Amino acid sequence: MKQTTQFSTISRRHALAMLGAAGAVVLAGVPAYADGAAVAAKIKGLTGGKSVGEGAIELDLPEIAENGNAVKVAFSIDSPMTADNYVKAVHVMADGNPTPEVASFNFTPAMGACSASTRMRLAKTQNIIVLAEMNDGSFKQAQATVKVTIGGCGG
Amino acid sequence: MAKIKPRVKVPKKAAAGEIVEIKALISHPMHTGRAKDKKGNKIPRKIINKFVASFDGQDVFTANFEPAVSANPYIAFPFKANKSGAFTFTWVEDGGAEFTASKKMTVA
Amino acid sequence: MRLAVTITMALSLVAGAAFAKTPYHDGTAEVIKPTDKNHPLGEIVSGYDFRKAMIRDVQDDDFANPAMLVADHGEELWDTVDGSAGKSLSQVFEGCAEVPLDVVGSVYPRYHNAAGKVISLEQVINMCRETAMGAKPYKWESRDMLGITAYIRMQSRGSRVNVAVDGQASAAFERGKELYYTRVGQLDMSCAHCHEDNYGNYIRADMLSQGNINGFPLYRLKWNGVGSTHRRFRGCMKNIRATPLPYGHEDYVALELYVAWRGNGLKVETPAYRN
Repeated sequence: MKQTTQFSTISRRHALAMLGAAGAVVLAGVPAYADGAAVAAKIKGLTGGKSVGEGAIELDLPEIAENGNAVKVAFSIDSPMTADNYVKAVHVMADGNPTPEVASFNFTPAMGACSASTRMRLAKTQNIIVLAEMNDGSFKQAQATVKVTIGGCGG
Repeated sequence: MAKIKPRVKVPKKAAAGEIVEIKALISHPMHTGRAKDKKGNKIPRKIINKFVASFDGQDVFTANFEPAVSANPYIAFPFKANKSGAFTFTWVEDGGAEFTASKKMTVA
Repeated sequence: MRLAVTITMALSLVAGAAFAKTPYHDGTAEVIKPTDKNHPLGEIVSGYDFRKAMIRDVQDDDFANPAMLVADHGEELWDTVDGSAGKSLSQVFEGCAEVPLDVVGSVYPRYHNAAGKVISLEQVINMCRETAMGAKPYKWESRDMLGITAYIRMQSRGSRVNVAVDGQASAAFERGKELYYTRVGQLDMSCAHCHEDNYGNYIRADMLSQGNINGFPLYRLKWNGVGSTHRRFRGCMKNIRATPLPYGHEDYVALELYVAWRGNGLKVETPAYRN
């Protein structure tokens, strides 16, 4: 009985393995926008529908992640970080995970510079979106794609 | 359950006006609430959802973590050294448990 | 039979050009020439050099490397008094290990005079706990055992792996070699099929290394934690649908000795970080 179960598992696994072997390159090249709408909704919620500028955010993400369990995500934003001109918050989102939120950070002028680095789980190849909120209420955004060869969900 | 233990890196000494890098790591499985154990039962969500760094009692940096943050969460951030003082780092787990670590920094 | 055929197809390996860019492929890896004329390979390369920057950068930064959380735990245990003799491992370990502390990590598994056979570092530690400390042995894959083995091997970090396989170690070495080349499991594969014949190539989305163990115990992303060489052996055996042996099995110690010898000359990297 146990043997039968094992065999059925293998058939499914080896089918996947074939897919993986043959299609690794092709699959990795397809951008995943599955949750693009969720990210858009999230950004709209955070910005209250205000327009979002580009630039001034430098992202440090691997182009290819060998494993999605711990992918470095780091950013730095050029800002004087003075009491009247500083980055208030930064939101990191991913459009191919079960939920779009990854982490958010609250900054203060005491830091003297605006950057942070952490590690995140990515279920598959997807876009990482970083949204920064300035103390004057304006927003900036940057985005990059990370190709994930092994997803961060036990794959 | 793995023992929950923080690890932080703060320079012991810094020059006035220097921007130093602070690093913090804590051992935690960051259960997302989506995985199952070997028996097929769902492992309930339990993550470190918040990290707060304060300097001499004043909050200077906060990170809010979602389940997408990796196991053993790692965070690095800058801080401008203006005066000598002590950092306190607090990690908050779902359910409210807190873990803390402190480090002193001398500014010359 | 049809199953066997499809499985073979499933495991057909993809050449490693598309996603290469590892130090092994771009020529920046440290490549060791084996000094033993019986070595089956012309080059010895650490698993580190088969990984991309995302993985290597973490190992290169002791603070970012989560394996250090476990090694720190080991450092605490090292100086903690435990057992009826009122001693800590730091007070008795060198006597138990039969070699200096900073050498242990590069020469184990080793023929141990008191034990009368080749034993692994985990076994030396437990022997020491039971006989010299009067303390209970650690479970093989416990946080305590992983911590203490990581901490002890770290004392040899940077020195070259140099396990002895001659003299009284030769029987275990020969057994390990035999196991390395023996086909097992439903997929009917040996260690050599992947780690000797196909290192540097992809198996599904994973790039195969030479299977060197110079970084163990190590943090593995797949595990979200630290594990031992024997855990890795068990994982390999499950992958080829074989029945894994228990932790600490005599055959695994023999295989560990043989695999360590294949990596003689590599730097000890414990605690390493891998995918």
